[in-house]
Amino acid sequence: MRTSAFALGFSAVATMAAAETPVLTVMTYDSFATEWGPGPSVEKAFEADCGCDLRFVTAGDGAALLARVKLEGARSEADVVLGLDTSLTAEAAATGLFAPHGVSVRTDLPVEFADPLFLPFDWGWFAFVHDRNKLATPPDSFEALAASDVKIVIQDPRSSTPGLGLLLWVKAAYGDRAGAIWEALADNIVTVTPGWSEAYGLFLQGEADMVLSYTTSPAYHLIAENDPTKAAAVFREGNYLQVEVAGKLAASDQPELADRFLAFMMTEGFQGLIATTNWMYPAVTPAGGLPEGFATLAMPAKTLLMAPEEARAARGPALDEWRAALAR
Amino acid sequence: MARGAGALTRAGVGVALVLAALTLGTLAVVGLRAESAGFGPADVAALRFTVAQAAVSAALSVGLAVPVARALARRRFPGRRLVIGLMGVPFLLPVLVAVLGLLAVFGRGGILNAALAELGWPPVSIYGFSGVVLAHVFLNLPFAVRMILSGWQDIPAERFRLAAALGLGPVQVFRHLEWPMLREVLPGAGMVVFLICLTSFAVALTLGGGPGATTLELAIYQALLFDFDLGRAATLAAVQFGLCAVTVAVLSRLVVPSGFGAGLDRVPVRWDTRGAGLRLWDMMVIATAALFLLVPLVLVVRAGVPGLAGLPASVWSAAARSVAVALAATALAVPAALLLALAIHRGRGARWLEAAGMLPLAASSLVLGTGLFLVIHPVVAPERVALPVTALVNAAMALPFALRLILPPLRGIEAAYGRLADALGLAGWARLRWLVLPRLRPVLGLAAGVVAALSMGDLGAIALFAGQDRATLPMAVQQLMGAYRMDQAAAAALLLVLLSFGLFWLFDRGAARADI
Repeated sequence: MRTSAFALGFSAVATMAAAETPVLTVMTYDSFATEWGPGPSVEKAFEADCGCDLRFVTAGDGAALLARVKLEGARSEADVVLGLDTSLTAEAAATGLFAPHGVSVRTDLPVEFADPLFLPFDWGWFAFVHDRNKLATPPDSFEALAASDVKIVIQDPRSSTPGLGLLLWVKAAYGDRAGAIWEALADNIVTVTPGWSEAYGLFLQGEADMVLSYTTSPAYHLIAENDPTKAAAVFREGNYLQVEVAGKLAASDQPELADRFLAFMMTEGFQGLIATTNWMYPAVTPAGGLPEGFATLAMPAKTLLMAPEEARAARGPALDEWRAALAR
Repeated sequence: MARGAGALTRAGVGVALVLAALTLGTLAVVGLRAESAGFGPADVAALRFTVAQAAVSAALSVGLAVPVARALARRRFPGRRLVIGLMGVPFLLPVLVAVLGLLAVFGRGGILNAALAELGWPPVSIYGFSGVVLAHVFLNLPFAVRMILSGWQDIPAERFRLAAALGLGPVQVFRHLEWPMLREVLPGAGMVVFLICLTSFAVALTLGGGPGATTLELAIYQALLFDFDLGRAATLAAVQFGLCAVTVAVLSRLVVPSGFGAGLDRVPVRWDTRGAGLRLWDMMVIATAALFLLVPLVLVVRAGVPGLAGLPASVWSAAARSVAVALAATALAVPAALLLALAIHRGRGARWLEAAGMLPLAASSLVLGTGLFLVIHPVVAPERVALPVTALVNAAMALPFALRLILPPLRGIEAAYGRLADALGLAGWARLRWLVLPRLRPVLGLAAGVVAALSMGDLGAIALFAGQDRATLPMAVQQLMGAYRMDQAAAAALLLVLLSFGLFWLFDRGAARADI
């Protein structure tokens, strides 16, 4: 009797589970999924016609995201990973955990970008941000910066994606001279923070004249705070590009839903949200153009970006160079 | 021995085993997933920096705490309790908030440099070795003061009375009463501060000024997150444990019991410190310490107040979650610390049990979080157990502080009344109920306050577990900062400080007797 009751209960639960709407789990970095990021609006827009439940699982930032993917391996509940950047994609591809996305969409990136595993959803140039009122003429290159007494805050390339981006930026611009550039920059660096938010907080508190961030950062102050004083410096050697991508996990139990999400990601419903929630350039410029205020942003004349494999190979030696130059 | 005593001791041993599983066990789990072990020249440099900054930070924190605690112990003035309470706040601050507060004073744009510029003097820089040490002293001086102050308060009033009857001056009182107490208390206090600084992460990274200021914990972070080199992370964490073990072993030999015996719990009256010069000196010491510890706090409050009213609802629910986690962690950690202290006092395997009680201080919270994640992930979705796991980890990480607070007075009680209790056949639960608990009550309240406040600040690297809608208050602060909302982040940080201190105050005051 007890057995049959148990079996009955079990089958009831099983039917309920089957009748439940399918769940698509998207693993992303923290600031994407918070109420101030694109997450909630993306969820609402996608759920409107997917007949599914979109859930976000979060891990610190882009770097923490990759570690989480590796940690969970093939057992991961996640179907889509959103928020890696091109300095991490070679490493991510090497795990063998990602499946081809099969989407081909024309993008508005300033460079050619095609990757069978990873689809770009937004991008931005790294740049040093300053306050126009306090620093009227910012340096226009790393060499000019090093020669000046302008103080900067940067992020640690060992714990943050902007920090790693800066490391690759100097390497891409100066090659063998990168170590010398870092040595020259040493006395400009106030401190090296663990992540973007600490560095930006220190800058706003007046601890430094400039902070490593994005050319799009002034847009936040302009649009959300009506504060036109922040500006980003364009460098003569070019500004390094960050391309943020998403990919489908091969072990996903919802491969069709995952494909549908990646396709949705490239449409207006997702891309239109990016500019004023993630404060980056959308991969596909919306039909109505970018929000007002984005037109005022500094546009680098030259874009630097290492190919994923090149970035992966350059990281270790560049890190040693950086450490040796700054560890005095 | 009564049966109750056996059960209590077994429970204490159980606590030690749980702590060992949480710290060494998680390290083993991470190590087992590793493909190789590595320890490079950069790691040697990190080891050297870690030990150097921790040693200097500990020496300065404890060294400066002695005059402060002495001044507080021998002076009575209106608002003394408030001063003692407020001076404890920095220890309970989330590190990030503390760093921002310090920068508002000592930073390039801080009030100190503004004042120096007014005088036409060159600015001082907080960044580098000195900044790391300054922040560690700021964070740990309060804890050292509290530990040493309770040492002073444990010198029976009758001893001071006797000293006065013998006509001993301040120097002799120091030699015969205060120095023996310090010999007993200082090594423990110094050890705790040293171990806290040993595993320091955010302070060294934010104020260190560059890769020269890499600590072991940062190297672990790098190994785990960027290289995904579990072997190197496990090796570094093992080195961290080794350092801790050596520290505990060396310092346990330096502790010399003072052997004062018990008094009648009277409030000490000090006849030896009535000189005007000494009074002035003490007041200057207290004022300087209060200034150093409180001005950054005032600036944190000032930065936070404007945004407080406009905080989004999600921040308030994160605050409620943090309070719930803190209360759960307190309910776990304080009884566990008491059981462990009782078992340590029983003597059998005391050294091992005490070492187990210190393990969480040496544990890398990143390795602990990763190990737990590896264990839990195959069984249940980590975000579903995020809050219970956070409470458990916070309880474990805060337990050493509770243990350090409980152990000395417990030893004092047993030294004074143990024989009498033995003669009366008072053992097990009865001994706990009638002898130990009533006398330990104030220190248990203090311990509960410390655990609750530390837990508010989230001690473990629990970010691996927390999902989108289960953020705790410290995570909400980070999220606001990550969304450019620095004003709201400052307000949320202020809320965190208020709640931490509120919990601490409730527990500490709730248990304290009005007459002491």
